[in-house]
Amino acid sequence: MEQIGIVKESIPGEKRVAATPESLSQLLKLNFSVVVEKDAGVEASFSDSLYEEAGAKVVSCEAAWLSDIVFKVNPPSPSEINKLKSGATLIGFFWPAQNEELMQELAKKKINVIAMDTVPRISRAQSMDALSSMANIAGYRAIVEASHRFGRFFTGQITAAGKIPPAKVMIIGAGVAGLAALGTAGSLGAIVRAFDTRPEVKEQIESMGAEFLELDFEEEAGSGDGYAKVMSKAFIAAEMALFAEQAKDVDIIVTTAMIPGKPAPRLITEKMVLSMKPGSVIVDLAAAGGGNCELTQVDSLVKFAGVTIIGYSDMPSRLPTQASQLYANNINNLMKLLCPEKDARLLLNFDDEIIRNVTLVKQGTVTWPPPPVKVSASPVLPVEQKVEKDTAKPEKSNTSLKPFILLSGCLLFGWLSMIAPAEFMRHFSVFILSCIIGYYVVWNVSHSLHTPLMSVTNAISGIIVVGALLQISSPNYLVRWISIFAVTIAFINVTGGFLVTKRMLKMFRKEK
Amino acid sequence: MQNLVNTAVIDAAYFVAGILFVFSLVGLSKQESAEHGVWYGLIGMCIALITTIMLPSVTNIQAIIIAMVVGGVIGVRLALKVEMTQMPELVAMLHSFVGLAAVAVGYNSFLEHDDITGVMLNIHLVEVFLGVFIGAVTFTGSVVAFGKLRGFINSKSLMLPHRHKMNLVAGLFCFGLMIYFVNVEGNIAALIVMTTVALIFGWHLVASIGGADMPVVVSMLNSYSGWAAAAAGFLLGNDLLIITGALVGSSGAILSYIMCRAMNRSFISVIAGGFGTHVSINSDQDYGEYVETNAEEVADMLRNAKSVIITPGYGMAVAQAQYPVNEITRKLRGMGIEVRFGIHPVAGRLPGHMNVLLAEAKVPYDIVLEMDEINQDFSETDVVLVIGANDTVNPSAEDDPDSPIAGMPVLEVWNARQVIAFKRSMNPGYAGVQNPLFFKENTSMLFGDAKDSVENIAKAI
Repeated sequence: MEQIGIVKESIPGEKRVAATPESLSQLLKLNFSVVVEKDAGVEASFSDSLYEEAGAKVVSCEAAWLSDIVFKVNPPSPSEINKLKSGATLIGFFWPAQNEELMQELAKKKINVIAMDTVPRISRAQSMDALSSMANIAGYRAIVEASHRFGRFFTGQITAAGKIPPAKVMIIGAGVAGLAALGTAGSLGAIVRAFDTRPEVKEQIESMGAEFLELDFEEEAGSGDGYAKVMSKAFIAAEMALFAEQAKDVDIIVTTAMIPGKPAPRLITEKMVLSMKPGSVIVDLAAAGGGNCELTQVDSLVKFAGVTIIGYSDMPSRLPTQASQLYANNINNLMKLLCPEKDARLLLNFDDEIIRNVTLVKQGTVTWPPPPVKVSASPVLPVEQKVEKDTAKPEKSNTSLKPFILLSGCLLFGWLSMIAPAEFMRHFSVFILSCIIGYYVVWNVSHSLHTPLMSVTNAISGIIVVGALLQISSPNYLVRWISIFAVTIAFINVTGGFLVTKRMLKMFRKEK
Repeated sequence: MQNLVNTAVIDAAYFVAGILFVFSLVGLSKQESAEHGVWYGLIGMCIALITTIMLPSVTNIQAIIIAMVVGGVIGVRLALKVEMTQMPELVAMLHSFVGLAAVAVGYNSFLEHDDITGVMLNIHLVEVFLGVFIGAVTFTGSVVAFGKLRGFINSKSLMLPHRHKMNLVAGLFCFGLMIYFVNVEGNIAALIVMTTVALIFGWHLVASIGGADMPVVVSMLNSYSGWAAAAAGFLLGNDLLIITGALVGSSGAILSYIMCRAMNRSFISVIAGGFGTHVSINSDQDYGEYVETNAEEVADMLRNAKSVIITPGYGMAVAQAQYPVNEITRKLRGMGIEVRFGIHPVAGRLPGHMNVLLAEAKVPYDIVLEMDEINQDFSETDVVLVIGANDTVNPSAEDDPDSPIAGMPVLEVWNARQVIAFKRSMNPGYAGVQNPLFFKENTSMLFGDAKDSVENIAKAI
């Protein structure tokens, strides 16, 4: 039976912990035994006694590090690596692209390394995607930090004491953090706009109630793995112009633009900051990667010409309880995959795409980078969905009565045909057929055209003029004068009806 | 032989005209093809007229031409000078002409018919009787409808005592007269008596229907005018008249049905007349306070909105506010704000009346949507402007089972974040029901003439 050790984070200011009392129970169900370093969860409001109640043993720092499997949040420091025993497994964030040396060192000590930050972005792995969990928290916190520094309401109000305009927020990069930020800002009542280089996220942005800022520029930006890629020069120029224009208008900018393994793109220049209204706030969630704003200073807050620029890189750690909970759940879900037999033994099965991706070092060999995985759905052209209008309502009539009505209709018709002369029957058949045609044709007329329909039927019912015409040559004077009168008024109908219909239809028009 | 060919050609020509009329209605199913539809109808009419005039039995061409020119000139004048807000009146007036012409044709064919006897004569007499009856009811009914729409007849429903019984008696009396009329093989006195009764019956029928039910009445009269033409067709043994009459008749009948369904009322109860006759209206109920706003504030809300829906009613037509409404629409759309219109089926006094008014003001028709198309979108809408509508946006139709309009489908504007109701005063609408919408927290009232209010908003945007 292998032992899992939960250790305390050594980076100053880091408040998260890799397992919570709640998450322990799941690890115990996989039959692992769990030890927790003393005070590991104190900063995240999980006391040692809570862990003990949940079934873990609270031990010293050294003892925890000597476990078979060690859960961590941040990458280990060199001194921490020394505390590990050979052949152990370490699970946590690693940032392999930035930490190649660290990996070599771990490989030398024959330590298996499983990285929570290399979980592929496929749907099966969503429950293990710690980056998304953290980004979600960071996005939320970014708005909280911004509102804390922003001297105004987010929501607009009309009060007895006067009008309060809503704050305008621009989010750059609509990944998980960006979407969380725009959702939070929106729910506070702000007007939210968002920009992303990937056009396929437009729908997501709009579904959250924000406006998608569009560039007049065509470039495929999805890289196929769910993250953004580096864009061409012309594209960057176009988006910079957009940001410069927006900077003058918005009160709060949250930037989340990061490209994996590369320094964060510089999107907000000093000039744009100068053009912002005093009191505005910029939250740079890409601060750890060098910052999207030129003036960002990592882990600190700077004021520049009245604009506050927040460059905290520890946003998730600022909500430690929830961040720990979500991170612990992500690890647990990964553990379920790594230990399918529930026998407290890790099985690094490289046939599994997820396991292949998260494993950086296996039995002394560096296995990073993994073969590429294609995940993100390419932008699908929106299919014009024409909703069939449900105009055909005739079936609404009582179906059980229908055969009965039909039958009695037929009987009536048969009876008529026996007593009435052939001539009449011919006309009567025409009449019935016309009624049926009229019925089906008129149901198809769109509601907006009902007035033209009435005036056109008005015009064609002027056909009664034909009847009057047939009588006009009668030798009987009375009949003749009545006919002339009938022709006159029926003709008012014909001309008036057609003309007014044409006049009306001319007005119906689509967008210029 | 010559005669035979002629008959075949005439039948063919009438048939083609009938087909063209069907195509005319088919064309009206979509905006794109509607113009074609009118052309089909026009060509069909020309074919029918030319064929008839060319008949060897039709002489007296001068009289025909004079009659046509006089009628034509009147028709053109009417069509060109009518305001779109007066469309219902024009339509009602045109119906009355068809009715009157049908009466004339009926009388004529009674005064002069071929020598027929037996069953043929009986059928002919029944046809005369029915044709004149329908024509006369259509005529006076349309005249009253016209008067009510014009305003020179009180639009309140006329409530005579025993009105249902009176209608029934009139119907039975005419039926009895018809039997007598057929038995004596035609009697001009009986015909005249029946015509008088039918005229009064038509008058009373429409006079007892309230103003809010006008869309149903107008489409019902549309239907009657069709049946009158069909009856004339039977009289004269003319298939074209029968086809056309049947088309028009079913069209009007369907429109009436659609209107009735939109108000959740049965056709019978509309025809029987009187809105809310047996429902007591509790006017003392305390609805709470309403909030008043002004044009500047509304303009401000609109500018900060993302999506706006405008629900117009007859009040917009009365105030002629459709032009400034379009101006607002244009300005807001220019600012990237989504503006749409939600049209209740019975808004206005004619089916589709609002659509025509908005089209007149040059509102693009693709942003003008029906109630069913837009009702679920109100919850995602920032601002709704209710302009001159009242009963069609009344939540008590859904919440209050005792309300006279209970069960009537309405535009669910109250689901939007903010509702602005344009009204002259706090007086209730046509149905005489107070509207709890105006007292809702997210509703603000903008009092005054709708046109002035909308113009002020347009200026302030």
